[in-house]
Amino acid sequence: MTTIAADGQILDDHAHDADHKPAFFQRWFMSTNHKDIGTLYLIFAIIAGIIGGAISGMMRMELAEPGIQYLTGWVGAGASMDEALHLWNVLITAHGLIMVFFMVMPAMIGGFGNWFVPLMIGAPDMAFPRMNNISFWLLVPAFLLLLGSAFVPGGTGNGAGTGWTVYAPLATTGSVGPAVDMAILSLHLAGASSILGAINFITTILNMRAPGMTLHKMPLFVWSVLVTAFLLLLALPVLAAAITMLLTDRNFGTTFFDAAGGGDPVLYQHLFWFFGHPEVYIMILPGFGMISHIISTFSRKPIFGYLGMAYAMVAIGVVGFVVWAHHMFTTGMSVNVKMYFTAATMVIAVPTGIKIFSWIATMWGGSMTFKTPMVWALGFIFMFTVGGVTGVVLANGGIDDNLHDTYYVVAHFHYVLSLGAVFSIFAGFYYWFPKMSGRHYSELLGQLHFWTFFIGVNILFFPMHFLGNQSMPRRYPDYPEQFAYWNEIASLGYVVMAVGVLIFFVNIAWAMVAGRKAEANYWGEGATTLEWTLSSPPPFHQFETLPQIK
Amino acid sequence: MAGAKNHDYHILPPDIWPFFGAFSALTMAFGGVMWLHPDVFGSFGPMVFAIGVATVALTFYAWWANVVKEAHAGDHTPVVQLHLRYGMILFIASEVMFFVGWFWAWFDYSLFPQPIDFADGIATNMIGQEGAAALVQWPPKGIEVLNAFELPLLNTLILLCSGTTVTWAHHSLIHGNRKGLITGLWLTIILGAVFSGIQAYEYSIAPFPFAGLNYSSAFYMATGFHGFHVLVGTIFLIVCLARAYKGHFTPKQHFGFEAAAWYWHFVDVVWLFLFIVVYVWGGWGAPVH
Repeated sequence: MTTIAADGQILDDHAHDADHKPAFFQRWFMSTNHKDIGTLYLIFAIIAGIIGGAISGMMRMELAEPGIQYLTGWVGAGASMDEALHLWNVLITAHGLIMVFFMVMPAMIGGFGNWFVPLMIGAPDMAFPRMNNISFWLLVPAFLLLLGSAFVPGGTGNGAGTGWTVYAPLATTGSVGPAVDMAILSLHLAGASSILGAINFITTILNMRAPGMTLHKMPLFVWSVLVTAFLLLLALPVLAAAITMLLTDRNFGTTFFDAAGGGDPVLYQHLFWFFGHPEVYIMILPGFGMISHIISTFSRKPIFGYLGMAYAMVAIGVVGFVVWAHHMFTTGMSVNVKMYFTAATMVIAVPTGIKIFSWIATMWGGSMTFKTPMVWALGFIFMFTVGGVTGVVLANGGIDDNLHDTYYVVAHFHYVLSLGAVFSIFAGFYYWFPKMSGRHYSELLGQLHFWTFFIGVNILFFPMHFLGNQSMPRRYPDYPEQFAYWNEIASLGYVVMAVGVLIFFVNIAWAMVAGRKAEANYWGEGATTLEWTLSSPPPFHQFETLPQIK
Repeated sequence: MAGAKNHDYHILPPDIWPFFGAFSALTMAFGGVMWLHPDVFGSFGPMVFAIGVATVALTFYAWWANVVKEAHAGDHTPVVQLHLRYGMILFIASEVMFFVGWFWAWFDYSLFPQPIDFADGIATNMIGQEGAAALVQWPPKGIEVLNAFELPLLNTLILLCSGTTVTWAHHSLIHGNRKGLITGLWLTIILGAVFSGIQAYEYSIAPFPFAGLNYSSAFYMATGFHGFHVLVGTIFLIVCLARAYKGHFTPKQHFGFEAAAWYWHFVDVVWLFLFIVVYVWGGWGAPVH
C-alpha cells in the first residue's frame, strides 16, 4: 500500500515492497532472493570459467609442439623435470575439477536453475531461500581450498596432481602432503553445496508450482532441473563416502584402497564412477532443458513430443545410474560384465535420440529465426550429436580396450561437455541475458562470438579424434614427433576460441554500458513460459499473487 | 497493491548465517588439513580446527533458533511445513546413499576376498604366493570377530526399543499429553546414550586394530559413521526435549519433533543393516573373541 503525504510526496509504508532491494552488503552477502543468488552463481561460474580456461590455455601452449617447453619455467628457477611433470598433472586436475564443479554446475543449476525455475513455475522464490544462499557460499570456500592446494606440497611438487577422478593409489600413497587433502575437502564442501541445492530444487518444483500447473504442464527446463536434482541427491553422497575413504587411507592408516591390507583400488573406481556417470548427465540435462525452450521459441512452435521429451530425461537419469563401469572397461572385468555395461550404455542412446529428433521435428515446418541463442542451440545439437556418436563407439567394451585413455576419449567428452554443455550455457545466457539484466546485448557481437567460438573449438577438439585413433595417450605433456601436426592445429584452435571468449566479454560490457532496454517479452510469440510475463529484469519479488495456469 | 503478499510461501529477510556458516566450514576443513600436516602449516592446526568446529556449531544453533522463532511467528504455514517435510525426507535419502558407499566397500571385500594373512596386528597379502588359495576367505584369516549375539544384539534391541519410545512420545504429543511426550523423549535419549556407550565400550575391547586391514577399516568406518549419526540424532532429540519442556509443540504443529523421529528411525534402520551385514553375516565362520 502506498500513501501520499500532505506535501504530495509518495511514502512507501510497506517494508516488503516488490521492488524494495536491500543495501549492498545485505543484498549480495546475506541474500535470500533466488534471482540475486542466481546472479552470484553466474558471476562465480564466469570467474571459475576464466581460471579453468586459462589453465587449458597453459596446457595447449605446452602441447603445441613435442618436448617440454614451458612447464619447467612455470614451476620456477631450479625446478627438476619431475616437478615440471607434476605441474602438468596439477594443471589437468585443476582444469577438470574447476570446469565440472565450479563452472558448468554453478552456471546451469545454480545460475539458470535459481533464476528461472521459480519464474517458470510461477513461484515467488525457492522453497528454502536461506539454504539457497549457503549452497552458493559453500562453493566459495570449496574453490578457495582447491586453488589453495596448488601452493602446498602434493607429492613430487606443489598441488594436487591426481586427475579429477582422484584415483587411488596415486591419490593416497602416491601424493604425500596436504594438497590432495585440500582438494578432497574442497569436493566435500562442493558436494554439500550441491546436495542442499538439490533438496531445495526438488522441494520447490514439487510443491511450489502455480495453481493449475500439473507436472505434465511444467516447462521442460524445470523438468530437466528436477531430474538433475535427483541425480545430485543420490550420486553425490556416494562420492562423499569414497573421498572420505581416501582421506582416512591417506591420514589414518585404513586400507580401503590398499591391496596390502586387503583393500581394493578398483573399489574406488566403482564408487567414483557410480557418482561420476550420473555427474556427466548432471552437466548436460539442464542444457537439454534450455535447448528445448530456445528451439521452440525460435521456431515459433511448441516443442515436438513434449511428454516424450520430459520422460526421455527421466529415462536418461534412471539408466544413467546403471552404466558406470563403462569408464572401467580396462580394469580387468569379465566379458559378461563388459557385455552388460556395453548394452546398458547403448540403451542411453535411445532417449537421447528421442531428444535430438524431437528438436529437429520442432524446427520442421517452423517459422525459424536465427538469432544468437538459436545459433548456439543449433551448434549444440550438431556437436552434442558428434559427441554422442563417439560415445556410442566408446560404449563398446571391445573397442574401448583400444581407445581407453587416448585422445579419442578426450575428444568425445569435450564434444559433449565443452561443446555440448558450454554451448547450451551460452545459448541460455544469450536467451535470458536481457531478461536478467534488463539490457540487450549486441546481436552482431553475439553472432561473431558464436562463429569464432564454433570454429575455434572444432579446430581445437576435432583433431583429437585423429590423435586418439593414432593412440596418443591422455594426460601426458610430451609426445612423439608423429603427433605433432594435429597437436599444433589443436593449439591454434584454442587461440581462435579464446578470441571468441573475448568477444563474449566485450559484448557483456557493451550491453551493460550501451545496451538498449529490454521489454518483457523480447522474443515475441514463440516465448511462452511464465518468465516472459514479467518485466525485464523482473521485480525483486515476483508473483506476489500467484498466476493461474489454464 | 504493490508488494502485498498474497501467498502462503515463506519469503525471508536477508540473513548472515549462510555466509558465516560457509566460511566456518572453510575454517574447519582447512584447520583439519593444518592439523594433519604440521610440517607444512606449523602447530596451529588444532586451534584453527577447533575454531572451525565451534563456529559451525554456532551456525547450526543460530540458524535453527531462527527457524524456531519463525515457526512461532506463524511463518510456517501448511505449505511451508510441507516444504520442511520434503526437505527432511530428501536429506535422509541422501544420507542413505552415503551409507550405500560404506556398505559397498564391505560387500566388495567380503564377496571378493583377498588372500590375507593377519598375524600380530600386521596384514600380509599373499596374492600370487604359495598357499594363497587357502587364504581366500572372509573374514580374513587371523581375525577374531566380535560375537554378534552379545553386545551387538543387545544394541539392536536397545535401538528397536528406542524406536518404540519415540513413537510413544509422538502419540502422547498428538493426544496433547505433554508429560507422556517428555517421558518418551527422556527414555529415547537415555536408550540412545546407552547405545553409544556400549558402542564405545565395544570399540575399546575389539580384538582388531583400526588401521592396516580392510576388515577393520570398513568395520570401524561404517559402524563409526553410524555412531556419529546416533550422536547427531540424540542431540536432535535433546533439542526436542528442551522444546517440549518449553511447550513449543502443539498436537497440530510439531514438525521439529517429527523430523527428529524420522531421523531416529533412519539411524535405527541403518543399524539393522549393519547388524545383519557386518556383525552376523560378515563375521560368520570366524573365531569369536
